[in-house]
Amino acid sequence: MDSDDDFNSSQMSDEDIMGDQDSDVSVEDGLPPAQSMDQDDVGFESQDKDIMPSKHAFDVDFTVYSPQQIQAYQDKQIEDVSSILGQPPEATAILLRHLRWNKERLIDQYMEKTEDILESAGLGETAQTHPPRLEKVAGFVCDICCEDDANQDTFAMKCEHRFCVDCYKQYLSTKIKDEGEAARIRCPGDGCNRVVDSKSLDLLVGEDIKDRYQVLLTRTYVDDKENLRWCPAPNCIYALQCGVKDKDLLQIVPTVHCECGHDFCFGCSLNDHQPAPCALVKKWLKKCEDDSETANWISANTKECPKCNSTIEKNGGCNHMTCRKCRNEFCWMCMGVWSEHGTSWYNCNRFEEKSGTEARDAQAKSRQSLERYLHYYNRYANHEQSAKLDKDIYLKTEKKMTALQTTTGMSWIEVQFLDAASQALQQCRQTLKWTYAFAYYLARNNATEIFEDNQKDLEMAVENLSEMFEKPIDQLQGLKVEMLDKTAYCTKRRIILLDDTAENLKSGNWEFNVSLS
Amino acid sequence: MFASKRLGKELSKLQQNLPPGITLVEAENFSEWTMDIRVVDENPLYAGEIYRLKFSFSTSYPIEPPEVVFTQDDAHPIPWHPHIYSNGIICLDLLDRQGWSPVHNVESICISLQSMLTSNTKKERPPGDEDFVRYNKQRPRDISFVFHDNQV
Repeated sequence: MDSDDDFNSSQMSDEDIMGDQDSDVSVEDGLPPAQSMDQDDVGFESQDKDIMPSKHAFDVDFTVYSPQQIQAYQDKQIEDVSSILGQPPEATAILLRHLRWNKERLIDQYMEKTEDILESAGLGETAQTHPPRLEKVAGFVCDICCEDDANQDTFAMKCEHRFCVDCYKQYLSTKIKDEGEAARIRCPGDGCNRVVDSKSLDLLVGEDIKDRYQVLLTRTYVDDKENLRWCPAPNCIYALQCGVKDKDLLQIVPTVHCECGHDFCFGCSLNDHQPAPCALVKKWLKKCEDDSETANWISANTKECPKCNSTIEKNGGCNHMTCRKCRNEFCWMCMGVWSEHGTSWYNCNRFEEKSGTEARDAQAKSRQSLERYLHYYNRYANHEQSAKLDKDIYLKTEKKMTALQTTTGMSWIEVQFLDAASQALQQCRQTLKWTYAFAYYLARNNATEIFEDNQKDLEMAVENLSEMFEKPIDQLQGLKVEMLDKTAYCTKRRIILLDDTAENLKSGNWEFNVSLS
Repeated sequence: MFASKRLGKELSKLQQNLPPGITLVEAENFSEWTMDIRVVDENPLYAGEIYRLKFSFSTSYPIEPPEVVFTQDDAHPIPWHPHIYSNGIICLDLLDRQGWSPVHNVESICISLQSMLTSNTKKERPPGDEDFVRYNKQRPRDISFVFHDNQV
């Protein structure tokens, strides 16, 4: 989708390290310095810029792999280990999967107690060399279908549990197609732990099932490895590798960028949620799910009893309220004690009275936390909504630009600035959205002021750019330079904000009003 | 077709001879059979009682396990057992996809259930029986049991 977000560019190196569990990819080093827009920046105050390292604090190293690459890599590992162990590749594959692709452990264990590991992996005694084949056996009765035709083909693995080929086929395709099983399909024999190897499988099933089998194996491989993760975008086929471990997630927000264009968090697979760490995101989403609508309604429609703080909805009647819970009588308008109302019943005009003021103060306090939440939530939701609207406007504009190309003779390349602007807007709004969730949990300290300034600057830059999208179509052409500038500025502000938050997160400078763990 | 061929052969065998304590009650079609079992030794928990089992076969039987439950009527109670819920659902790894082998058949399941009862000494229902019976809407084959107890 976008080639323009250079700061997220991935390093596509094919000589890979993906199998090496031990190669602890540090989050510090790695990506080549991003050629960001620093150079053509529209001269704003030099905040951090001059001392900024060439790599951004929020960048993490990652690599994108296609399923073919993953399979090729598995095959290569199998081949390597196969020659070390002296086992055929199909048996080695089963052994590797059994130990979740930990080569070193496999080789150690294999050397130490060969029998045990073969047994627990589902291979039985040392593999003999003759390849699996179909046989016709005289006097054979299949235990599954009870067929006793002497002419039927039969199959058995080395465990010698023999069944007719039809039943074996049916069994395997049920396992693979219906149950999604691949790495640990066992012999159909009762209580037999022998795992069906790929060579036997090849002999028995058709191409479509073989393909499905490979897909499932690759899926298991990725799921087994802590440093690999599928891109969660719908229909995306890629997997990404990143060295960030679960325990690092309090110090870093590992946003990765898939070939398909999807930005997501390697830690939790959710959409890019920088600058908020995964733990906060989880809390925030939970809170929003539970609270937002309810809280809105409560705020708009209820007050609390000044005595017992029960939440009360006034759904009709006069201002003389009697709390059902504590029987306190008070005035709905001024929240003061009803008995002090004297003769001016049902017509409250005594705003300045003491008891009323106190009650309102107490109420204000309890409302404050709700208001605080709503403050952040509304801005969070607003950016989410605006990002959608920006996209709508862009889609409309895109159509008009196509028309404009034909009428004014602008080339396709000349209208691409709109695309870039739209991408930048989306990305910045995504970031802004999460700054509000982040801010909700942030306890005030020295670092928060800079954060809020950055947030404000980015917000202004975004709103300015967003506004330009609403201009009539015939003016857009003349606004090209300005729009390019504003796009670059937005991107720049976003980088500054994320750099600052990531830096502080890494060095533990943020204080949160909740526990992250 | 797969299932019916095999079930046909099983049926003709069941009609010829059966182990003690197991009787074929009804097998009119190849989707549902009824069997009765009783415990042959002297276990006082089950003495004098006959239990009725309902077998339901899918078209992929015997690749997939059949669904087997105890059914209750005036003459047939649900046996007491820490792995048998009071609605007749049985928690046995043999009947689960993971523990099932296509080599098993109706007869071998009946024998397994007999021996499951024979060796039991506890007049108990599984933990959480009441809630399970009240709230469970799933068919037995869709429930993922955790087979934590291999003793009984």
